[in-house]
Amino acid sequence: MYVAVKGGERAIDNAHLLQAKLRRGDTRIPELSVDQVREQMPLAVARVMSEGSLYDPQLAALAIKQAAGDLMEAIFLLRAYRTTLPRFTASTPLDTTQMQLSRRISATFKDLPGGQLLGPTFDYSHRLLDFALLAEGEHPGPQVNPDAELSDCPRVLEFLAEENLMAREVDDGVAVPDITREPLDFPASRAQRLQALARGDEGFLLALGYSTQRGYGRNHPFAGEIRIGELEIWLEPEELGFAVPLGDIEVTECEMVNQFVGGKGIDAQFTRGYGLAFGYAERKAMGMALVDRSLRAAEYAEELEGPAQQEEFVLMHCDNVEAAGFVSHLKLPHYVDFQSELELIRKLRKQEREQPAAEEQRA
Amino acid sequence: MNTNEIYTRSEPASVVGGRSAGSGMYDVVHEDAEHRPYANQAGAVACEVGYNFAYLDEQTKRMIRRGLLKAVAVPGYQVPFGGREMPLPYGWGTGGMQLTAAILGADDVLKVIDQGADDTTNAVSIRRFFARTAGVKTTTRTPEATVIQTRHRIPETPLTNDQIMVYQVPIPEPLRFIEPSETETRTMHALEDYGVMHVKLYEDIATFGHIATSYAYPVTVDERYVMDPSPIPKFDNPKLHMSPALMLFGAGREKRLYAVPPFTRVVSLDFDDHPFAIQSWDECCAFCGSRESYLDELIIDDAGSKRFVCSDTDYCMQRRDAEEEGAQ
Repeated sequence: MYVAVKGGERAIDNAHLLQAKLRRGDTRIPELSVDQVREQMPLAVARVMSEGSLYDPQLAALAIKQAAGDLMEAIFLLRAYRTTLPRFTASTPLDTTQMQLSRRISATFKDLPGGQLLGPTFDYSHRLLDFALLAEGEHPGPQVNPDAELSDCPRVLEFLAEENLMAREVDDGVAVPDITREPLDFPASRAQRLQALARGDEGFLLALGYSTQRGYGRNHPFAGEIRIGELEIWLEPEELGFAVPLGDIEVTECEMVNQFVGGKGIDAQFTRGYGLAFGYAERKAMGMALVDRSLRAAEYAEELEGPAQQEEFVLMHCDNVEAAGFVSHLKLPHYVDFQSELELIRKLRKQEREQPAAEEQRA
Repeated sequence: MNTNEIYTRSEPASVVGGRSAGSGMYDVVHEDAEHRPYANQAGAVACEVGYNFAYLDEQTKRMIRRGLLKAVAVPGYQVPFGGREMPLPYGWGTGGMQLTAAILGADDVLKVIDQGADDTTNAVSIRRFFARTAGVKTTTRTPEATVIQTRHRIPETPLTNDQIMVYQVPIPEPLRFIEPSETETRTMHALEDYGVMHVKLYEDIATFGHIATSYAYPVTVDERYVMDPSPIPKFDNPKLHMSPALMLFGAGREKRLYAVPPFTRVVSLDFDDHPFAIQSWDECCAFCGSRESYLDELIIDDAGSKRFVCSDTDYCMQRRDAEEEGAQ
């Protein structure tokens, strides 16, 4: 019997084996190890951890290997695993001023306490293919000064807040909802929004942030501060009554200084947008900060004129696991619905053919 | 509660609707730490090690069942639920799978269809998922199934009050293509403000001479909520009306679930001068000769010759078996 999509477990199994073969490539080339992915593709690992909402470089590297380098697929793998994990507790809030910085820059001040720390970056590199990398070899890295000490790096935006030039962010003390456990409702709280953006697709947030720069809901951003480094995670178990350190994670934080609000008797103040991502993920953190700020339009009574300012639009479409799933489902058989459309369109055509004929007869 | 206590069900899924309810839905059972819940229930042994019965953890299933109770209490109302990420992509039946996981008991017999057929790839994949994670019996025969998960069809064989249908839903909001904002559509449902839907259908008639919706055709449930019956062809809409089976709808990506309880009025929207009508074919099924079932069109040669066959493969098989028996 003819079946349009003949499935069968064997066909599916074989498809998976073929995919595994595609992933492995030429077997004369040594297999890529998960350790190699983790150590040598740290930026891919960071993206998968951020959008997969799970800080585990080893599992993220495994997901990248398993997904044959398809980062969205890797993110999906990590998310599906994350869902099965029990939730013990929430950590105490991260204090990013305590970060062991590897990079810290501010575009709003020439110099500042703690200084500008360029750290590792692609910025200012000329994008010329480095053919030396075609050959394997040692890459010694820069000379380091073992006695160098990092001075305190207070937050840049805090200086502005001290002067009352920056709107202060106040902790309202409300319990933080978990968008992976409770469905999002609208209007969303800022905590929900930031969670959704932290999981959101880097490309989508980048494009939306870019659209605000080009005038679709402009908010005049300055990169107030970007910091990347290791941060200690603390837990306060209920039975203990005090916090204990759990370990270090790497994060990227971005605070944007945005156009001021005020007037009509209220002192003018700058506003801010906030971005945070796991690992070294500058582009993601910047995109997130731009979109966070544009989603605060209603809070500052700004006119909504760009897609980046429309909360439902942004939050319902920023998740690439959802987006990729729904777009890819078009590959599933739809022949029943298509048949009903065929039946309808034929009926409409038939009616159109017959109607003029009937009118002619009457004439 | 101490850590050695686990919750387990004393009865197969009998949470909602016309199936036998146990004395208590959950009993607290004291077990030693090694004991694996469900391992000895009715001989059903989950084959996949390391995951709970039917994949989801019990807390999640309970959360979904609470949502289902609300959905049954308010027929056609979309209940938000904390949908989980499933190991299958969104859009591939994650909503239906979560509902199935939440109601499945060890004694259940599961049937999964996609486009009416048991052997389409995604139906095979979902059926295998539950065979592996829940170890339940599966079937392709509609009368034998206690739970039927479906995408895009309702079986031709009439359902009974011992059966639960689980529908996979892509977009649960019938008003979505008229009003994209969820905030707006929730208000419209609350106010029973469905005028725009009738205007849309009217515009179809003005443009094409017919209502130009052939699947996911909107219905009114129990004279209150306008509901998307999922993308079933409108051919299947009448089967929803006063069905003895419980109908559950799950949208995973959109995190909504809704229900039509047994024996509920389900009316397809229409106008007095343009009454609702289902699809019909001039042809009959090339295999079983049925003139009553929904037909798929196959193109069988390069000249574009067509053949029509039942979309419900089990129904078609039943008819052919009966014919053979009759002939003997």
